[in-house]
Amino acid sequence: MDVLVNPTESSLLRFTTAGSVDDGKSTLIGRLLYDSKSIFEDQLLAVEESSKRRGDAHVNLALLTDGLRAEREQGITIDVAYRYFATPKRKFIIADTPGHIQYTRNMVTGASTADLAIILIDARLGVIEQTMRHTYLASLLRIGHVVLAVNKMDLVNFDQAVYDRIVSEYMAFTAGLEYVPQIRPIPISALNGDNVVDHSTQTPWYEGPSLLEYLETVQVKPESVTGAARFPVQWVIRPISDQTDAKLGNLHDYRGFAGRVAGGTFRPGDEVVVHPSAMKSRIVGIHTFSGEEKEAISQLSYSMTLADEIDTSRGGMIVKAEEPIQSAHEFDAMICWFADKKTLKPRGKFHLRHTTNDVRAVVTEVLYKVNISTLEKSQDVLEFGLNDIGCIRIRTSAPIFFDAYSENRITGSFVLVDEQTNNTVAAGMILKPIADAFEEDAEVSI
Amino acid sequence: MSAMTHLQFLESEAIYILRETAAQFQKPALLFSGGKDSIVMAWLARKAFYPSKLPFPLLHVDTGHNFPEAMTYRDWFVNEIGAKLTVGSVQKSIDDGKVQEEKGHNASRNKLQTVTLLDTIEENQYDACLGGGRRDEEKARAKERFFSHRDEFGQWDPKNQRPELWNIFNGRKHFGEHFRVFPLSNWTEMDIWQYIRQENIPLPSLYFSHQRKIIERHGQLLDASTGIIPLLDEEIPKVKEMTIRFRTVGDATCTGAVESTASTIDDIVAEVAAARQTERGTRADDKRSETAMEDRKKEGYF
Repeated sequence: MDVLVNPTESSLLRFTTAGSVDDGKSTLIGRLLYDSKSIFEDQLLAVEESSKRRGDAHVNLALLTDGLRAEREQGITIDVAYRYFATPKRKFIIADTPGHIQYTRNMVTGASTADLAIILIDARLGVIEQTMRHTYLASLLRIGHVVLAVNKMDLVNFDQAVYDRIVSEYMAFTAGLEYVPQIRPIPISALNGDNVVDHSTQTPWYEGPSLLEYLETVQVKPESVTGAARFPVQWVIRPISDQTDAKLGNLHDYRGFAGRVAGGTFRPGDEVVVHPSAMKSRIVGIHTFSGEEKEAISQLSYSMTLADEIDTSRGGMIVKAEEPIQSAHEFDAMICWFADKKTLKPRGKFHLRHTTNDVRAVVTEVLYKVNISTLEKSQDVLEFGLNDIGCIRIRTSAPIFFDAYSENRITGSFVLVDEQTNNTVAAGMILKPIADAFEEDAEVSI
Repeated sequence: MSAMTHLQFLESEAIYILRETAAQFQKPALLFSGGKDSIVMAWLARKAFYPSKLPFPLLHVDTGHNFPEAMTYRDWFVNEIGAKLTVGSVQKSIDDGKVQEEKGHNASRNKLQTVTLLDTIEENQYDACLGGGRRDEEKARAKERFFSHRDEFGQWDPKNQRPELWNIFNGRKHFGEHFRVFPLSNWTEMDIWQYIRQENIPLPSLYFSHQRKIIERHGQLLDASTGIIPLLDEEIPKVKEMTIRFRTVGDATCTGAVESTASTIDDIVAEVAAARQTERGTRADDKRSETAMEDRKKEGYF
């Protein structure tokens, strides 16, 4: 197996795959795993045996990802499956999302942590409604990079004209999106492996990279890395001990704010504002188990000590003083509704989870729903059913500290939790705060 | 700005999950078997709460069929990281008549552990158990959540799981329900070994090449030196002294060895890189049927 033996030189790419039923998603993933030699003999043997038992004509690589009994019985993918492979250049985490019922819910879930989306198209069918839905979701979730994989090229005789027509149709559609990711079209045949790992001799007219080459080299940089510095407080570390630590000295008064940086970079000495009190302080130390750190960078976990005794705990937020964060009780957000037995209506109440914060929330208004095939906004039916997407206004029991989702995917996102079932029923992306009189007064009095 | 390696990302993600678990639950416990995954998880827990001690105990579900090396290591490790240890005993579940020992020479206590685990959870009122399961291990595990809900019977409903988005984890539950939490979900076997090498984490000697009496049964190399696995009369002459190591360490009755001369972490990383079999290929418990893992997990297995 070609794996990264030297971890210091490797990076990580997280991607998701989208396509309609029978577009060959699972086959493509099976192909990537197989051709990068990430499938083990015993796994392949098990898949071969299952394929034979099911009477499949050839080895059904989809069985590698369809892990649940019900999936294997019905020959469909029910749930998001995560798969892993590595090449000498990069390590990959794939979120494979099913293409039928609950599709939107699964794709939104897979997309929320992805840097790149592979959108599959059947070359015989071209750009269809599903393609537009998948692309809209990738754009809504702000995935920076899209690979348009025009699959089953073998079934259209690797005809360049077919490919070119699909690509230009797709580009025309994406031009109308609010956020347009970087798009890389590639003609492939997942079944035969054309342009998946190696360049295909069948497409001499295609001069771009193979899919794997592209995945290995594409530069992804989440906005959060370069954006404003954000540190949601997850847990307060208080040893309450008179012991002396070799690195930290006497622990009696140690009070470290533990969390994972959600954007930007912090350094000791930085002036910070600590929410919810909005008090100013200064970072004294940034610690990990290895000792003092010179900086805290986005996505990594640390604990910080501050110069002043400030009252903050889980749900609080530390930001750089020169990069203020928004604080509001009420805001507009795009949401995707996940529940199949309940609908979302105005006045609906939920637990809202945002970073490490948990507050109660009420839907004050349903502003519009989006038809994700036509991108039209509609105010006809102001009730959300399974997989519906649209814009709502929410009021919370306590202010939350956030950025617009377009600025930061971590501080701009939330989920709604049903108060009876405790299920996660909606994913939300914050657009903008609603300034209210109460808030402005409160700011004046501080 | 310094670039992030994939190990830094995985470490940070696991620490984040461990802190979320401590924050969202009243009484968590960390399932500790003495195997490499639970060792890495406990190692990360020490980092997550440093300079405090772990805010939860380690929980060992003891089948009574342990390799002695694993037990020696367990006690050393618990002391080393300054943790508390709780033990749930399968032997006690058998003595109490809660489970029946499997019969025949392939008998294993692997499946019985589920009852002991669920009983221990209930007795101690643990509301979250941290497990070292990884999604790359097995196809049913590939569908597992970081925060995995269990109903009041300890059952997993794979078709009705909560979606997990961004890094928001929903640990809300009703009284009597609990969660299994898997901080190492996104790690592969290779990541674990690279991390052990990077951090210089001491491991039980079982993971390194050594001489051992072995019986080959159904293509698996099983231990014949401790006497834990009863041998059939016709098997006794077939016991061989072999140079082996264990790729996973669990209950001795279902943990198969591999022939190996890998005696250092570097040797093991090279061996894992070249391996053509998954590590669970050495596990007899997964060989019982195509969906053996899913079936056990639904009942409340690790």
